[in-house]
Amino acid sequence: MSEELDQKLKEEYKWGFESKIEMEEFPKGLNEDIIRLISKKKNEPDWLLRYRLEAFSKWKEMSLPKWAAFDVPEINFQDLYYYAKPKTKSEAPKSLDDLDPELLATFEKLGIPLQEQKRISGVAVDAVFDSVSLGTTWKEDLEKVGVVFCSISEAVEKYPDLVKKYLGTVVPTTDNFYAALNSAVFTDGSFVYIPKGVTCPMDLSTYFRINAKETGQFERTLIIADEGSYVNYLEGCTAPQRDENQLHAAIVELITLDNAEIKYSTVQNWYAGDKDGKGGIYNFVTKRGLCKGVNSKISWTQVEAGSAITWKYPSCILQGDNSQGAFYSVALTNNKMLADTGTKMIHIGKNTKSTIISKGISADLSQNVYRGEVKVMPGAENARNFSQCDSMLIGQTSKADTFPYIDVKNPTATVEHEASTSKISEDQLFYLQSRGVDAEKAISLIVNGFCKDVFKTLPLEFSVEAVKLIEMKLENSVG
Amino acid sequence: MLKVTNLHAQVETNPIIKGINFEVKPGEVHAIMGPNGSGKSTFSKLISGHPDYELTDGSIEFDINGKMTNISELEASDRAKEGIFLGFQYPVEIPGVTNITFMHEAFNALCEHQGAEKMNESDFREYVKSKLPILEMNEAFLDRAVNEGFSGGEKKKNEILQMLLLNPRLALLDETDSGLDIDALKTVAKGVNTLRSKYNAIVLVTHYQRLLDYIQPDFVHVLYQGQIIKSGDKTLALELEEKGYDWLTAGIQ
Repeated sequence: MSEELDQKLKEEYKWGFESKIEMEEFPKGLNEDIIRLISKKKNEPDWLLRYRLEAFSKWKEMSLPKWAAFDVPEINFQDLYYYAKPKTKSEAPKSLDDLDPELLATFEKLGIPLQEQKRISGVAVDAVFDSVSLGTTWKEDLEKVGVVFCSISEAVEKYPDLVKKYLGTVVPTTDNFYAALNSAVFTDGSFVYIPKGVTCPMDLSTYFRINAKETGQFERTLIIADEGSYVNYLEGCTAPQRDENQLHAAIVELITLDNAEIKYSTVQNWYAGDKDGKGGIYNFVTKRGLCKGVNSKISWTQVEAGSAITWKYPSCILQGDNSQGAFYSVALTNNKMLADTGTKMIHIGKNTKSTIISKGISADLSQNVYRGEVKVMPGAENARNFSQCDSMLIGQTSKADTFPYIDVKNPTATVEHEASTSKISEDQLFYLQSRGVDAEKAISLIVNGFCKDVFKTLPLEFSVEAVKLIEMKLENSVG
Repeated sequence: MLKVTNLHAQVETNPIIKGINFEVKPGEVHAIMGPNGSGKSTFSKLISGHPDYELTDGSIEFDINGKMTNISELEASDRAKEGIFLGFQYPVEIPGVTNITFMHEAFNALCEHQGAEKMNESDFREYVKSKLPILEMNEAFLDRAVNEGFSGGEKKKNEILQMLLLNPRLALLDETDSGLDIDALKTVAKGVNTLRSKYNAIVLVTHYQRLLDYIQPDFVHVLYQGQIIKSGDKTLALELEEKGYDWLTAGIQ
């Protein structure tokens, strides 16, 4: 019986294991020396060091954002490690096959085999472990069509002009407290460049794994889709189960030039803490896309099912005429999780169009907030927006809030907003149960139905994973 | 197969069922009639395990593996797995969940319970398609969200379709005839009659005799103020049609 119980407890977060890897860490704390050390470790050019130091000096003057709908516990930024890297025999492993077998095993356990003979076909993966990228699969195949997919550190060395041209152009260093922090200390992340006219021949994916204790993960992702190109990008995240909270403060910047399109999907499943709210990741992320060119498109799809606290608003700046932005989101909170998530759609160009579909599900003692802004600038003739924000409550103790902000400065714009809050009704449950479907399965069916409009925008494999994840999360929330 | 003894039940603190004795054997068709508010719907929900109704006295026994077993503590889903089906008066909408997904889930839950192999998606679709002509339904129904935007008649047909797929030993049909025009009524009745066999029993809860023209009951019971005040054969229904309920309820407080 106790073994069974033990097993059950482990199943609650099956990604919660810890890998025993020898790590190389910088001393705890944050100061200019640490930043210089990070920059030096990565052989960065002088301009990037200056970029970091400038961000750091601005960060020191900034204060923590206070507008969340809940209290964020104080974080001691001097008590974190800002750099943690698995030790390797040589400074740079030549291929993924040369990695520490324990690292390879970690990713295999997560369902992301990296070795050449095992890697997943049709998806190229960049594996980021704590502060560094371990490597990228299918690299050569992508290079043949001119697609660059590598870690941001490698991009700084090999494609400095591209990085310099675009880094920080969508999310400036002073954008917000955590963006400034990331700009000062970011360690790794992915870089993608899709050349003119190229449809990326496979999906690109980054898998983020936090393993080291008391370490902040500050990754930086930059994706550039040049004129007429297309890419489908997927992001997944997990972390070990620990009693202490950990900080994850990433920046993702997307840029589409004329007629280009980026689809960015995330399944976020960081450790969320236990049922009493102990432990878990603080997920404070700035994600923004710039539709720079005419007719360009950016769409964000996110399934937010993890983290103790999530604070994130993947947004689109619709600068090019006829450009389109979309945000599809499922945010599920249970136990004592807190999520404040949504999007901003900034219409600048003419005939720009945006779509927002957000589904929030809260169970147990959790709190789930949708916060969104639709802004139509004076020059955005005929801008159109459609927003739909639905919340579903499971049980009597959870909370859901919706804060939509609409700011229209052009009279030709059309902005539609629909919102609803529902409870899983006793009638729905009884109906399904009277057909032999158990309560847990019944709730998961109802929730999946509720999220359908978002799940259908995910690539097939991701959508299957998302459905399973939601099912698993809800398993213990029925009562 | 079903034996209800001295059943008393309440919702919150209102007693609704006040001492019902009722027995059903395989192969039988029973009709439960009675005026509005007599407790007919409550009775069928009680047997299928609705959590809002509290059983205060008496018992509900059902034949499980050849043995009469008290099921009053079983969850609704467990009763369904043992072969009890409730056709709803007001079928519930489940947005975003397709009819076929829902039925497949229910069907496989029964398979699993019975130790039978689960059916895969494409075989299940073929199986469902084989039942559609009985109810004059087209395949498009299967890919629509459960009961969402269905007309009254479509909802009732959908209930009977589910019944045929799950092949319950005991089907309780709560006002399956309400809101149906005569053609739909005939179609639904045809569906119900398809289930009829010496192994299955059917309990029809209805206001009107007209359904009984198409589904001939073996027994008719009149429920009034939470009790069965009269039982008889199908001629009782005709008598009720003619005279109403007053001659039966006149002396009862």
